Amino acid sequence: MGMTMTQKILADHAGLESVKAGQLIKAKLDMVLGNDVTTPVAIKEFKAAGFDKVFDKDKVSIVLDHFTPNKDIKSAEHCKMCREFAGDKDVTNFYDVGEMGVEHALLPEKGLVAPGEVIIGADSHTCTYGAVGAFSTGVGSTDMAAGMATGEAWFKVPSALKFNLTGKPAKWISGKDVILHIIGMIGVDGALYKSMEFSGDGLKNLSIDDRLTMANMAIEAGGKNGIFEVDDVTKAYLDERVDREYKIYTADSDAAYDAVYDIDLSALKPTVAFPHLPENTKTIDEVGEVKLDQCVIGSCTNGRLEDLEKAAEIFKGRHVAKNIRAIIIPATQKIYREAMKEGLFDIFMDAGCVISTPTCGPCLGGHMGILAKGERAISTSNRNFVGRMGHPESEVYLASPVVAAASAIKGYICGPDEI
Amino acid sequence: MNAKGKVHKYLDNVDTDVIIPARYLNSSEPSELAAHCMEDIDKDFVNNVKQGDIMVARNNFGCGSSREHAPIAIKASGIGCVIAATFARIFYRNAINIGLPIMECPEAAENINDGDEVEVDFDTGIIKDITTGKEFKAEPFPEFIKEIINKNGLMNSLK
Repeated sequence: MGMTMTQKILADHAGLESVKAGQLIKAKLDMVLGNDVTTPVAIKEFKAAGFDKVFDKDKVSIVLDHFTPNKDIKSAEHCKMCREFAGDKDVTNFYDVGEMGVEHALLPEKGLVAPGEVIIGADSHTCTYGAVGAFSTGVGSTDMAAGMATGEAWFKVPSALKFNLTGKPAKWISGKDVILHIIGMIGVDGALYKSMEFSGDGLKNLSIDDRLTMANMAIEAGGKNGIFEVDDVTKAYLDERVDREYKIYTADSDAAYDAVYDIDLSALKPTVAFPHLPENTKTIDEVGEVKLDQCVIGSCTNGRLEDLEKAAEIFKGRHVAKNIRAIIIPATQKIYREAMKEGLFDIFMDAGCVISTPTCGPCLGGHMGILAKGERAISTSNRNFVGRMGHPESEVYLASPVVAAASAIKGYICGPDEI
Repeated sequence: MNAKGKVHKYLDNVDTDVIIPARYLNSSEPSELAAHCMEDIDKDFVNNVKQGDIMVARNNFGCGSSREHAPIAIKASGIGCVIAATFARIFYRNAINIGLPIMECPEAAENINDGDEVEVDFDTGIIKDITTGKEFKAEPFPEFIKEIINKNGLMNSLK
């Protein structure tokens, strides 16, 4: 029996000829990641177990992105703890305010993740790097501590679901609509413990930013990882960013899949996930009248340059509706600068939007846009759980940047064709 | 080893944002986290929970964020064991890694009611609902995971 793409990467990193689904293995790690919420817990574990140095100072990344710039004294203490640890252990890839970005936008941008690599991160959206053909998955702080100490982690080898993508998406359809459609179809535990492998002719019609959005939300279907075949689009992206050698893996032709889904990208419509689960999806023609108070465009899901460019296309020459707060959060310093140079900031400001420094902020109800009781937001982020963006009786609707922008202009949820 | 206590029952897809909302993640102190455990879906939980009580839920327990603060909050609140039909995979890892006993058992998750008195034997995987007299058997852990649990968590197993 052949192996899936994920299984081949894991076998190589475990020093094994082959692996099969369900097998427990120990694999070598190419990168261990943490942020300002999860790293402090890992540091405590690391120290309590008596370790004094990290396994490889170039293979640890610590990004202060969740509650930064420090939202309160406790967060400041946590960031200080991360800063001191990174300095003490000489961590190469430590990103503080001024250099940091939302971690899952930052690492690919810096070329810190490459095809065939094995990456763990103490953040559930670490699965994002499957977009460039890496095996990457979210873990907790203790796994991060163990990974930093030993350079290894234990894994149960996952089985896989295959998504065969065909066709070309329509003008306003992006990776966000594709992944929301898939989560709506298979449910929030539809890929529990499994890999989601994306391949097919339609791939060439999805940009790297689209793929990063899709891999990012594999966890919202319960997936262990989401992974894309490496093609010319991937290589062109990596050419500008990654100097080191990397290995490209492809699934065996006789690899076993628990299920294969054919997705015709040309048939998809703008899609919105209703509260309080990402699987509660409706296409834009089914949403009815949902009045809004806030619009957030940003996050590790949709805060990249292409996302901002598309939102600007909608905002250009228009203004947000009365009483709508529209918050734009470029995900990294580089994206921020490029968006500014392209003149997008003028468009956003003329439209009545506010532009924030990079931060995870409102996505997890941290800061920079918290909702009051009974308020509703449309957001390009990845989760709409109870209380996710603020009060337990507030609501979050998930959508693409163009749907979020169009909705901000109208004041209720609508598609880009309605403006 | 076993746990015995009153059941706090929840349904499907209990996510880590409701187990411990992100607005409290500026702390990593177990007692502070425990003070807000479950508050967005069950305000009374922190007042009602007693040392050794048991949490029961259905599918995909602990989905969402990787925050280890979630199993830490549950453990520090006094819960002695979580039983669910299925667990989200990061929560499953985290619970084992920090030494919060968990058991996967769809039948128990379906049949045990809120408020029942339940006894769990971790060695045999037998779950007894004392209130109803029903008995269930959970999936045993693989040997590899038993070893981590026996050494009281992942970091201790590396020493």
